[in-house]
Amino acid sequence: MKRRNGSSDSLLTKAGGELDDRFKLAGPARVLFNKVFPDHWSFLLGEIALFSFILLLLSGTFLALFFEPSMVEVTYHGAYVPLQGIEMSRAYESALDLSFEVRGGLFMRQMHHWATLLFMASILIHMLRIFFTGAFRAPRETNWMIGILLFWVGFFEGFFGYSLPDDGLSGTGLRIMEGMTASVPFIGPWASAALFRGQFPGTDVISMIYIIHVFIFPLILLALITVHVALVFIQKHTQWPGPGRTEHNVVGFRMFPNYVMKQVGFMLFIWGVIAAMAGLFQINPIWLFGPYEVSVVSSASQPDFYVMYLDGLIRLFPAWEFRVPPYFTLPAVFWPAIAGMGLSVLLPLVYPALERRFTKDRGHHNLLQRPRDNPGRTSLGVMVVVFWTVGAVSGGNDVFAEKFDISLNAMTWAGRIGIVILPIIAYYLTYRICLGLQQHDREVLAHGLETGILMRDPNGRFYEVHQPLAEPDEHGHTELEYNGWVVPKKMNRVGALPPTDRGFFKSIEEPSENGAARDEIESGKH
Amino acid sequence: MAASAKRRRGWRKRLGALARFTGALVIVGGLYSVFSPSLYAQEAEDNAIDSEVVKGQELYDTSCISCHGDDGEGIEGRGPSLIGVGSAAVEFQVNTGRMPMAAQGAQAPDSDYPVFTEEEAAWLGAYIEYLGGGATVPDDLEALVENANVGEGGDLYRVNCGSCHGYAGGGGALSSGAHAPALTGVSDEEIYQAMLTGPQNMPVFADNELTPEQKADIIAYVQYIVNDDRDPGGVFTLGRYGPSTEGLAIFLVGMTALLLTTLWIAGKS
Repeated sequence: MKRRNGSSDSLLTKAGGELDDRFKLAGPARVLFNKVFPDHWSFLLGEIALFSFILLLLSGTFLALFFEPSMVEVTYHGAYVPLQGIEMSRAYESALDLSFEVRGGLFMRQMHHWATLLFMASILIHMLRIFFTGAFRAPRETNWMIGILLFWVGFFEGFFGYSLPDDGLSGTGLRIMEGMTASVPFIGPWASAALFRGQFPGTDVISMIYIIHVFIFPLILLALITVHVALVFIQKHTQWPGPGRTEHNVVGFRMFPNYVMKQVGFMLFIWGVIAAMAGLFQINPIWLFGPYEVSVVSSASQPDFYVMYLDGLIRLFPAWEFRVPPYFTLPAVFWPAIAGMGLSVLLPLVYPALERRFTKDRGHHNLLQRPRDNPGRTSLGVMVVVFWTVGAVSGGNDVFAEKFDISLNAMTWAGRIGIVILPIIAYYLTYRICLGLQQHDREVLAHGLETGILMRDPNGRFYEVHQPLAEPDEHGHTELEYNGWVVPKKMNRVGALPPTDRGFFKSIEEPSENGAARDEIESGKH
Repeated sequence: MAASAKRRRGWRKRLGALARFTGALVIVGGLYSVFSPSLYAQEAEDNAIDSEVVKGQELYDTSCISCHGDDGEGIEGRGPSLIGVGSAAVEFQVNTGRMPMAAQGAQAPDSDYPVFTEEEAAWLGAYIEYLGGGATVPDDLEALVENANVGEGGDLYRVNCGSCHGYAGGGGALSSGAHAPALTGVSDEEIYQAMLTGPQNMPVFADNELTPEQKADIIAYVQYIVNDDRDPGGVFTLGRYGPSTEGLAIFLVGMTALLLTTLWIAGKS
């Protein structure tokens, strides 16, 4: 065989060359492959949402092949015995057939639902990371706002999704949403009539939200996600402060091969976790809810967790109805449901602008802040988390009351008081903890590390030996600047102890020769 | 002497009258027994019931009377009257360990260790039945449940029972500390007794609201979803409490696993 010119040219390289000749790919690919990403575990949280979304598109496409959003009345003759002979809509019947008679259908349905919960949960966790580290600051406010919109589009997309099967629980959810819509002053009844075509979700609404669920909202989500990720590329990823890291560079790994390999591995891992949950944990057992009838409302009728805090607010809010008879009634549900949701959309959207205004900080920030270094913002964030958690727990307060033998009335009142008091307590405690952590950082920088070695001087005084982090002055103090990154707090962080063994199940490092010799001495061979 | 002879003659006269009266009684009684033999049988049965009633009353007077009062008349603020509640109510409350109640509370909790045996509960039931009648479980319940329609029962369950006991019999909270218990591990008789008599906060589903056949349908459905349903969709049902435990699971299982993964992946550089 004739030896080719330039033996290092593999077939792949040659194919790449041919492609480049035609499509001019080398330039953009080089830029892409050499793009640098900083490495930190907390930067991977958004990816969970991204990869869940891809799985949602794939599993949703499978489900759409078998689900029929038809409200034609049929009599069930399928595989599930307790529903045989029951009148139901074709939508519910096809969801049952999809679960019991399509091969792998139930698994795909459960995977779709678990992926939804993971999508929304990871958006929340990712948002907390962005908030607490100040990553939303200029120049990234737009991307923060897009992220907030992604959450709310996902919120309604999820709600529409679990409303589709027309089972007892989803019909109850639609009815509650209808009541919330109708509570809006002046336009409420008309809006409700236009969207739901009647007081109880009837024959029109399912086919309408089907097309929103499978086409319009996924398209909006896809567009927003594309812009979201593109902006991360264009504006570059934020990074933690640290050696060699400034506001004007990015220290990390190249996209290819390091980052791509990690991302692909992470994606497969996420899909694996979702698949494992779909196989192990039953979710949304629609066959137990039965077909939707207006008179059927089960106890423990909760929405999915991302809607649950709103449900909790509705449960906690007192029955304060505002009336101007006979012209006008403002039902109590308006305040928690519509005003509450409106504020939940609006406040996060404008938060970056508010912070800019109140701190008068107009600079560009590519370096992140540790949560302790901005105690005001951190405490505000914890306050919101506590508020949300009390709301979400109150959304399931009947389940809590029943399972933990607490009076439901006591749960409601604990929620009412807690949702006002606990965020304030949380704000104060978080603020103090942040200041304490800051102070400890400064203390270590000034006095050195605590070694754990206690000494007693001739006067009888006990003291702990400190290891200074630099050459101390005559008072034993070190003048070190805090640079916004982790200060070592333990001696083994500065090399006092040998590094821990590497390896997952057993050490992957060979014992040193001295070590081997010692083993022999200890075993009595010498 | 004449007086004493006269007295003796009087005695004889009286003894004769007594003998005649006794003879007449024997004749009438004999005739009665000949013409109505069923009365004796009835009396024998009454005696058997009486012995159960008496045993029931003995138990009642030691364990129930402090709240439900003399002869089941009830005591204001302590316990309701039991006249007319029937043996079905008594046997349900006693056999599930709800009665005797350990303490006054929002609701008598059920217990796995009832104070009385089933036989003693039947005696108590007989006593309460004796006081004022009331509802009883039909003898052919087993046959009714065997021929029941599970699908029909599901429909009835969702309309009548699910709003408190939950879509899958997991139970649910009611106001002020009361609750509708989970329906796991209950017998057909207990479900029937509960529907018939409406214990604690439960409404009464009398036979003119749900016929015995419809009650049997509901029993068949409850036993199906609680025992025979092979839980399609997973090894774990998450307690069938609906989306609240699903939300907990996504954070405690899914999110936790993936957060550990992020630490692992970011650590491998």
